[in-house]
Amino acid sequence: MDIFRSQRRVAVTGMGAVSPFGRGVTALISGLVEGRSAIKILDELKEYGGLRTRLAALVPGVDGKEIPRSKRRSMSRQSIFAVLAAQEALAQAALPETEYGSGRYGVVVGTTISSLETSENFFADHFRDKSFSRMKTSLFFKTMNHSAAANVAHFFGLEGRLLAPAAACATGCQALGYAYEMIASGVQDVMVCGGTEEFHPLSAATFDLMNAASFRYNDRPELASRPFDRERDGVVCGEGAGILVLEDLQSAQERGAEILAEISGFATLTETGSIAEPSSAAMQRCMALALADAGVEAGSINYINAHATATEKGDTAEAQALLGLFGDQIPVSSLKGHLGHTLAASGGLETIATIEMMCRGELIPTRNLDEIDPRCQGPRIFTAIEKQTTSLALKNNFALGGVNCSLVIRAGQ
Amino acid sequence: MTDTEIISLVNDSLVEEFELEISTMVSEAEIFADLGLDSLDIVDMVVVLEGALGIKIRDDAGLREIHTLGDIHQFVLQKKRETEAAS
Repeated sequence: MDIFRSQRRVAVTGMGAVSPFGRGVTALISGLVEGRSAIKILDELKEYGGLRTRLAALVPGVDGKEIPRSKRRSMSRQSIFAVLAAQEALAQAALPETEYGSGRYGVVVGTTISSLETSENFFADHFRDKSFSRMKTSLFFKTMNHSAAANVAHFFGLEGRLLAPAAACATGCQALGYAYEMIASGVQDVMVCGGTEEFHPLSAATFDLMNAASFRYNDRPELASRPFDRERDGVVCGEGAGILVLEDLQSAQERGAEILAEISGFATLTETGSIAEPSSAAMQRCMALALADAGVEAGSINYINAHATATEKGDTAEAQALLGLFGDQIPVSSLKGHLGHTLAASGGLETIATIEMMCRGELIPTRNLDEIDPRCQGPRIFTAIEKQTTSLALKNNFALGGVNCSLVIRAGQ
Repeated sequence: MTDTEIISLVNDSLVEEFELEISTMVSEAEIFADLGLDSLDIVDMVVVLEGALGIKIRDDAGLREIHTLGDIHQFVLQKKRETEAAS
């Protein structure tokens, strides 16, 4: 990791969001600052046997029809989310479009899984007679594992490196980290990066199967996602896309771009003791590596945006890891109480929110944290908006598969 | 089905699949230049027409001679007649 630290610094110059609060970063931040819940009852979930949860945090009012059909034909819903979020991010970055095709501008955008909605629609028809005669060319382009990344690249004409990481709930965070490393090492100058997710009942069922999806609050959706709370009962699945534009800091400064923040440290590692169980030790090791990559001490971090998805084991493990590394003074919050768990999108969306908190000088608390679980006690998990200047923040995302991921974010200038 | 009904069905199917303006659906419209379709769309067009009309045209060499919407109409009408004659 040290090889990157001695090289180029990496700026954030653009951010774009499609979230359960709607289109745009402004809608995302308004929902969070106002303390609203984006979680709703999804009646159609009643139709599924063996599924206890009835809740989801869906993106409202986005159909992608503004994208020309010739471009949209290869896009699933999660690719549409990614393209629209990237459009907002690139507009804010205001990079010269003449450079998009230079080969120095790349894309790192990932998803948890290829479009389940597209696959379901295809196979529902296909299994009638096992015929491929009704298959259309768009099927592959919508379901290939790098579909979202490729669609972002093609829509904007970004002709550099293309990478589509897949690490479930850590996908977005990994995408930002890998993009940061490509710029820091000098192989790319600009990266459009983040994660995107479309909701499918299978996602909710997967968490439900492992007793990690909320269902006790099916009649009170706004109370359902309760990170660190004693009465939490699991994840509420959501969807969206969080996309950032990263670029070489020096180039950004020379062209007079607004530096929203810097990505100054990154670590990701795999804990192989269990493919499903979180590991507090691995989380702590990952955060320590990210701090080392940034060349900062734990005590210099002013805010931590936790992964905390409101599962019993995950929140407990993260709280213990935070206490072990940072002690009890650094403010910590999770945004899953507002947004639910947007899975692959969460790394991008929550990093955007963290950067906005740094820009605004106020920290957004954890929603629905009424009484902290004794097992999560120790870190300073705050419950009301706090005004403070934040110069360094840490962002965590952890995933099934044993993947741990942390970013260090430095305030912009 | 009459020829007029077949042509109408072809046009409606293509308008829906490729989000075309009905006003562009004239016989002399060039498939690539005027309707804005490309080679991937042509593959899907075959699937759409086979589904709408209950014919098999995928392996028909006559597809390569299609350049305009009017060519599609004539091709499909011919295939319908052949299919009906065979049955």
